[in-house]
Amino acid sequence: MAVCIAVIAKENYPLYIRSVPTQGELKFHYTVHTSLDVVEEKISGVGKALADQRELYLGLLYPTEDYKVYGYVTNSKVKFVIVVDSSNASLRDNEIRSMFRKLHNSFTDVMCNPFYNPGDPIQSKSVFFCAHTLSIFYVTIH
Amino acid sequence: MDPGSAAGSGGTFLSLSDSEQRCYSGLYALCQPDSLGNPAAGKVADLFRASQLPAETLHQVTEVCGAKRLGFFGCGQLYVALKLMAAAQAGLPVRLESITGELPLPVFVGITNELEMRYANHPSANESQPHILGSGPGSAPRPPADRPVPRHPDTSMDKQEAWSPPRSPGVSPPRSPSAYRNYPYAAQRNGTDTLLAYDGKVPSRPSVPQENSSPSHYSLKPQPEPPVITRAGSVERLVERAEADYSDDPWRITEEQREYYTIQFRSLQPDLSALIVGTVAKNFFTKSKLPIPELSHIWELSDVDKDGALTFPEFCTAFHLIVARKNGFLLPETLPATLRPGFVEPGVVTAPPSEATQPLIVFDDNMRPGANQLEMCSSGLQMTSRPGVTAKQDTRDESRKPEFSPKRIPDLHEKPIQRVSTLKPDSPQELDANMKSRTRPRSYSSTSIDDAMKKVEEPPTPPPRPQKTHSRASSLDLNKLFQQSSQGGKSVWLPPPPALPPRPPAAQIFSFMPGSEKSSQKAVHQPNFADFSKFSEEETIVTAALSTEDLAPKSDSTVVQQGHAPQKPVRRKLHPESLSATPPLTTPYSAATMTKPTQRPPPKQKREIQMAIRKNRETNAVLTRLNSELQQQLKVVHRERVTLESQLELLRPVAST
Repeated sequence: MAVCIAVIAKENYPLYIRSVPTQGELKFHYTVHTSLDVVEEKISGVGKALADQRELYLGLLYPTEDYKVYGYVTNSKVKFVIVVDSSNASLRDNEIRSMFRKLHNSFTDVMCNPFYNPGDPIQSKSVFFCAHTLSIFYVTIH
Repeated sequence: MDPGSAAGSGGTFLSLSDSEQRCYSGLYALCQPDSLGNPAAGKVADLFRASQLPAETLHQVTEVCGAKRLGFFGCGQLYVALKLMAAAQAGLPVRLESITGELPLPVFVGITNELEMRYANHPSANESQPHILGSGPGSAPRPPADRPVPRHPDTSMDKQEAWSPPRSPGVSPPRSPSAYRNYPYAAQRNGTDTLLAYDGKVPSRPSVPQENSSPSHYSLKPQPEPPVITRAGSVERLVERAEADYSDDPWRITEEQREYYTIQFRSLQPDLSALIVGTVAKNFFTKSKLPIPELSHIWELSDVDKDGALTFPEFCTAFHLIVARKNGFLLPETLPATLRPGFVEPGVVTAPPSEATQPLIVFDDNMRPGANQLEMCSSGLQMTSRPGVTAKQDTRDESRKPEFSPKRIPDLHEKPIQRVSTLKPDSPQELDANMKSRTRPRSYSSTSIDDAMKKVEEPPTPPPRPQKTHSRASSLDLNKLFQQSSQGGKSVWLPPPPALPPRPPAAQIFSFMPGSEKSSQKAVHQPNFADFSKFSEEETIVTAALSTEDLAPKSDSTVVQQGHAPQKPVRRKLHPESLSATPPLTTPYSAATMTKPTQRPPPKQKREIQMAIRKNRETNAVLTRLNSELQQQLKVVHRERVTLESQLELLRPVAST
């Protein structure tokens, strides 16, 4: 079960962070922030190769005892980070990929909105985006 | 209308005195209750606004009366809300407990009578508009303008002078009047004006009797009688109805609204089946002065295919949502079914659309500024509310057919955006410009033709012959083009092409045609031959050619013809000379050709003809190319001219002020 979803802009500032247990958010913010280093490391390593060959899904960035962090980067260097509770061991990679895919689709929908300036934080007014992210939070609860 | 029961339906027991009952009934009727008995949300919003209570108080009122819970104002909620507003105005806290007792009637500022709006009170409406504009967007959802219920007895007629232009309350049938009011039907700006600017309109605080007086006010005016009567009847009908179908659904698009949306769509994108790109739509909707997050939300709701562009149904949806929002409806979280692009609306034209029409009006103000931009500019570019609105309305009414009533004062900054929406108003001017520009070359060519005619002293050549079209010089061609255009309706008169590539075949043809006199037909078919040496003799040749009109295919004439033909490419470059020369050349040439065919020797005929045909084709191709290039240039120039003219117009009032 995803406990935190974050969308980070190209310049490595967060566009959207949402945690499910709203307490202890700071911890997840910190986790996401530190995971950015891992993301950078992964994309910089592959960047030397053809960019379009680069896998958008970065996979498990690093596990801790409490949770796992997965990363995903778009072609415009917007990063998605999902923090998953380690207790839910049955989460397969495909599920994580599907979560990222949904996130990416919602994000592109937000981008399509001409009233959204890229680089702005994704407001809670972007109802569909929030709804979709929440669905990501809860859809994995089997 | 039973206030007690209505209040009871709202979940609160309200005790209303007689005067309160009267007043509230009147206000309720003003709110254009639909068949369900629910007042129009837009009207309720106006009512709220007219109460001149702070927004927070109004929010509280909305919450307490239960409308927030319900999501709309039912009859009962309206009564409770009215009572709460009376309490608030009396200084009591907005609580249900405060309204159990007798309270002074709530005072609504600027509650207007739609009927009155229809006529005379335009100036006040105009004045109110600026105020409305300022207060409109930010205000909490307020009750719509109170419509004076005609049938309510009015106790204080003396307060009528405080009326702002009345707004037609529009119970179902009257709804259409209000709807029309909203639309740019000239006389009905007032309706939207009142919608927009409730607050600022009437400085004095009309007491409740004022609303009651509006009916009397109505009665004073002869015109509103019929609508008043209908309204009264419909109000009573609606009032007594307990629940009805949601025909007053604010999320439905009426036919009038759809027409309006269509017009707006066309102003952005002439093709109804095409898309409006996101940036264009963004600029357009930003003019509505809604906050960006709300516009973003509206976009999210309406762009169902998430492609960053709006199809026509999506555009209607978005527009409608904006209109609704401007009238105080809170945006839904999801798209209502009636607004989905696939929804087919069974043409609701009756009462229900009242809110819709009202918002429409408001929004129109916002959107219309572009359309009225030109008029605005011409009227002095009053971007401030009052004069601009007036001017807008006036000009708009004059210029537009399905005009929508009062518009917001257009933003000067929106000018460039409005350029898009002002395409329509621009078009008349553009057309004029086009006509002027077109006629100018026409006149030019005509004068040259006239000169040529005088020189030739004979009627212009008959309808273009193939041989003539490939006449040699470009100028000659242009003359022919002009003739063709006058015959064929070609609208663009291109000035002699500045620089045409020399015709390649000319040289070849020249070699081919050694200027044999015998080939009168050759001369006929090979106009491309460039006999440069003969160019200087053109004038004399022309006169000589004149004499060859009748049959005698003199060798001179043929030579002349050939000379003319070869000079064609040269002529292209020597426009001034050729222009005058070509018509004469044309005419004698045609005359010669007329005579020539009869004398062509058969053996050479085919070859000559084929050569001529080939040459003609080449000439045609070249000229077509030239034509298209010049037309493109013309378009560019036209565009520039339009922009410059519009800039000039914009600058003119500024310079004058």
